[in-house]
Amino acid sequence: MATIPETVTRRASAADHGAARRRRVRSTRFLRILRITLLTILALGMIYPLLWMLGASFKPADEIFASPGLLPETWTLDNYVKGWNGFGLSFGTFFANSAIVTALAVVGNLIACTLAAYAFGRLEFRFKAMWFALMLLTIMIPHHVVIVPQYVLFSEFGWINTFLPLIVPKFLATDAFFIFLMVQFLRSLPRELDEAAELDGAGPFRTFFSVILPLLTPALTTTAVFTFIWTWSDFFTPLIYLTDPSRYTVPLGLNAFLDANGESAWGSLFAMATLSLGPVLGFFIVAQKYLVRGIATTGLK
Amino acid sequence: MVSTPVAIPPTRGVGSSKKSTNRRRGRAAYLFLLPWFLGFFVIVLGPLLASLVLSFTDYRLISEPSFIGIDNYVRMFTADPQFWDALTVTAIYVFVGVPLQLVTAFLLALALDTGMRGLSIYRAVFYLPSLLGGSVAVALLWRQLFGRDGVVNQVLATVGIDGPSWIANPDTALGTLILLLIWQFGSPMIIFLAGLRQIPRELYEAADVDGAGRLTKLFKITLPLLSPIIFFNLVLQVINAFQAFTPAYVVSGGSGGPADSTLFYTLYLYQQGFRYLNMGYASALAWTLVVIIAGLTAVNFLASRRWVFYGDNS
Repeated sequence: MATIPETVTRRASAADHGAARRRRVRSTRFLRILRITLLTILALGMIYPLLWMLGASFKPADEIFASPGLLPETWTLDNYVKGWNGFGLSFGTFFANSAIVTALAVVGNLIACTLAAYAFGRLEFRFKAMWFALMLLTIMIPHHVVIVPQYVLFSEFGWINTFLPLIVPKFLATDAFFIFLMVQFLRSLPRELDEAAELDGAGPFRTFFSVILPLLTPALTTTAVFTFIWTWSDFFTPLIYLTDPSRYTVPLGLNAFLDANGESAWGSLFAMATLSLGPVLGFFIVAQKYLVRGIATTGLK
Repeated sequence: MVSTPVAIPPTRGVGSSKKSTNRRRGRAAYLFLLPWFLGFFVIVLGPLLASLVLSFTDYRLISEPSFIGIDNYVRMFTADPQFWDALTVTAIYVFVGVPLQLVTAFLLALALDTGMRGLSIYRAVFYLPSLLGGSVAVALLWRQLFGRDGVVNQVLATVGIDGPSWIANPDTALGTLILLLIWQFGSPMIIFLAGLRQIPRELYEAADVDGAGRLTKLFKITLPLLSPIIFFNLVLQVINAFQAFTPAYVVSGGSGGPADSTLFYTLYLYQQGFRYLNMGYASALAWTLVVIIAGLTAVNFLASRRWVFYGDNS
């Protein structure tokens, strides 16, 4: 802590000082209130569209285009009922599909990325620096550049219109930023722990399962939450691989719903859109701490 | 904690007595890395090289690829106005949207970094759009908000302005998508906040003693010390924005319209590859994208020497 030189404190005369301080206190309080007011207005403005959609999902069709207000004048559940049975197929199917894909993607990322991160973070092997650099490089590669050959490859495997192209890559640790996230986290754990386990005669596998894995829990949670949110909202990959509506995930279902009904069914669209955001919001509320930490350590979106 | 510099985990000294354990551990490492190796070679590196090869072919999925040299690239740059449309649209989106997004994120981070009460609530609310912004649901919402009878026009109508359909007008459609990008300032804001926490309070106290004003402190302390984080956010958001797809697809119904005004580069790539099945041409588009992104990142890194302050080089 810097100590304040005496000359500075002595410079202003006592009377002067008191008045200035009162003025400053008053102006900082004013600034604080101003800031909080502005921040609150901005925050409300930011979530206004989302709240409006929530409200609109309970409004009858004619009211949606009648007022920008948040609360419906007449409440109705019609939109949800109509939307759920969208166009021949039930949104229940889409939700089930999304749930399967998302759950398996989370499991895949947790297993594969943790294993790789432990090797990079704690074990020694030849050309480690090179492999690590290559791994980081894959984070930077735009997804779109590999999508055409991947499509050809997966269609050779007969995987088109199955969930496999959405799931198998996760079990092969292709979401490299999670490896990076966990390596960063591992580096913050004291090495003495591994060394103690080694002295007790534990091999790398024992050390991994009984020492490292339990300590990794926060990083695992961050990985799980982000994988969940991204896979749940992903539109591009399912759009390419899933062509049969009975296999659609929720985002594809929403898009197809819009294509089928045009803009005539905004109410039902908003109802289903609101439902589709539900799980993401739920995870966000439960796991906010881990999300914030994840963004701050690696710059995840 | 913010850790922009990406260092290789330290390698430990290898004592000769430990040789056999080390060999065992080396073998174990390969077992741990097995899934990653498989994924790296089969799903990433293989396709990466394959798409480079395909970019020099005419390949329409049903027939074998036939080698046509650099024809795809020649066509792209000389005979495909849509390629230039896509490039222009994406460039405007990135170079207008990202700076505005980052300035917003920075200002909000400054406003929040005052040890105020309720910080976590504000932070959560500001972050929410980042979390949801890329979804089909929000893109749908945007389509309504800025439609002919959308919420924006309803609000404008109350002050007597009869707004156009912002989505259907080629002059404003891209603007609504840029707004959607700025709306998602939350995640860079959280990174800025974490960075601001790292700046030692003593520096500000010392500056107070010297009678420095708010602006002086901002320009002489905050900005220089935060510059690595600003740089990190810039690189990250540019790369992300270049690859945006969902909003343009949903808002334009997959067309990139009106009049190609929302034809994002990735959307055009998708149309060529998966709608018209011009897989060779799509691969050429993809590699051009890689070169552009790599080039921009390199320029960013070079330029950063002039303005990013790492603390240990002066």
